[in-house]
Amino acid sequence: MSEVKTNVVSKIATREGYGEALVELGKEHPELVVLDADLAAATKTSVFQKAFPDRHIDCGIAESNMAGIAAGLATAGKVPFMSSFAMFATGRAYEQIRNSIGYPGLNVKIGASHAGITVGEDGATHQCNEDLALMRNIPGMVVINPSDVVEAKEAVIAAYNYEGPVYIRFGRAAVPVINDNPNFKFEIGKGSILKEGKDVTIIATGLLVSSALDAAKMLQEDGIDAEVLNIATIKPLDEELVVASARKTGKVVTAEEHSIIGGLGSAVCECLSEKAPTPVYRIGIRDVFGQSGSAAELVEKYELDAKGVYRQVKEFLGNNR
Amino acid sequence: MTNLELQKYALEVRKGIIASTHSAKSGHPGGSLSAADIFTFLYFEEMNIDPANPFMPDRDRFVLSKGHTAPGLYAAMAYRGYFPPEELITLRKVGSKLQGHPCMQELPGIDMSTGSLGQGVSAAVGMALAAKMDNQDYRVYTLLGDGEIQEGQVWEAAMFASHKELDNLLVIVDNNGLQIDGDIAEVCSPYPIDQKFEAFGFHVINIDGNDFDQIRSACKEARTIKGKPTAIIAKTVKGKGVSFMEGEAGWHGKAPNDEQYEAAMKELENREEELCQK
Repeated sequence: MSEVKTNVVSKIATREGYGEALVELGKEHPELVVLDADLAAATKTSVFQKAFPDRHIDCGIAESNMAGIAAGLATAGKVPFMSSFAMFATGRAYEQIRNSIGYPGLNVKIGASHAGITVGEDGATHQCNEDLALMRNIPGMVVINPSDVVEAKEAVIAAYNYEGPVYIRFGRAAVPVINDNPNFKFEIGKGSILKEGKDVTIIATGLLVSSALDAAKMLQEDGIDAEVLNIATIKPLDEELVVASARKTGKVVTAEEHSIIGGLGSAVCECLSEKAPTPVYRIGIRDVFGQSGSAAELVEKYELDAKGVYRQVKEFLGNNR
Repeated sequence: MTNLELQKYALEVRKGIIASTHSAKSGHPGGSLSAADIFTFLYFEEMNIDPANPFMPDRDRFVLSKGHTAPGLYAAMAYRGYFPPEELITLRKVGSKLQGHPCMQELPGIDMSTGSLGQGVSAAVGMALAAKMDNQDYRVYTLLGDGEIQEGQVWEAAMFASHKELDNLLVIVDNNGLQIDGDIAEVCSPYPIDQKFEAFGFHVINIDGNDFDQIRSACKEARTIKGKPTAIIAKTVKGKGVSFMEGEAGWHGKAPNDEQYEAAMKELENREEELCQK
């Protein structure tokens, strides 16, 4: 199968949108502060640090303390964005986020970069495929996973404008820019239909949105008309959209750069099993740790690229005639 | 406020601890009683607070990092006027604003929800940092347990507070010497506590934490220290004020039964009568 061309003009990492949005917001909102844990260059908060050095707080390599400091700052009216790699932000500091930020419902935003398998060469210790699951189970936490730099930047702005804790996931690797709407505004909890179809629904998030779009073109060549949804807000899930599409096509595939346990796939299954029972296949990291390699190699190995999505959708449809 | 007045309030606080944990049939009287004099001093003399205006922006902040001693905090707040003392017996009951551990969304006047050890101190540091960033002169007080400082996060917070020269932060360690599993020196010794905080860049004051003169003079000294945070290592007696609870690790997280409640209240009331005759 030859690679299907898309409208993609460029590739930019979603974390770039984080830094850009922070600077834009910082100009207007003096109460916005940014915290990092010795990863300012990697998380892109260094861009904000350069513009507003007095409002960038490097906490050193101490993520648990950073979460608590963010909570304390929020009680005093600041709007803190705390940043680290997804592994350390949500893993190391999980309980601090739950108890010091989530439980009191404090207005802290967690911007985590280097999520998922595309961290690449650093290997399994740094490839967090569990962050969406960890954040999704905290009551009141909004969980966002943007698909490209445009959506990422607007999601950060939407998170600022929302009162309460928000988790936003960013990636290390440059990914296709698929959003070409110059007036795009991010709405928390709103998914979108990127391609209409009738035979199967592919519900994708993050990196997998572009894979799903490309896979849909490959499926079309086989006469399979796939509907593609982009679900950037994992929580609250756009249940209306998910249910409507599931009812329309009768078959659902979820696709995410995350464990098939606890992330988008789980959220969709939870929703559909209660509201519109539908066969679902979950594409993602299948309950294994990752390994070292280039992002591109790993995406292929774990079948998160267009080819992998295509193959898995075909297999699922073959099993569910 | 005179020491006699403080002692009388501290007895009310101690009675509130006994009454509330007895009513709840659970809770943590030992560490609440050891810190009762500290709670009383902070709420009745030291802090710039207004119970009628608990969200006053320039108020001093208090974070109970050792959140399990909420009964002591609640009793001090009730007698200070944050809510009627009669409500103390709703502690830990369904629908009560007096949650098992302090909840800022339930009870106005609680500056931070705490309970998971090691976390409150970081939030207090964040508040102190906010004050510095905004050129506000409010102070931030946080009370830690001596067992609690076994948590690594405490030292992350200490390192940061000192690095940021947060001289508006006062850490008080309630050194009652006991944790659930026994003597802190035998479980996993945090000693020497003073030298550890000194090494982390704190100004350190060792006091008897059940002596109002010493608590007062330490808090006063802390206000004069510039460029670094202060830690008061307050040597206290766990269960202080109720003789059969004093120095007993078993009273860390156990409520008095009816007989023990009567005995404890009688002892505290007798002490109150003695004070009234002074």
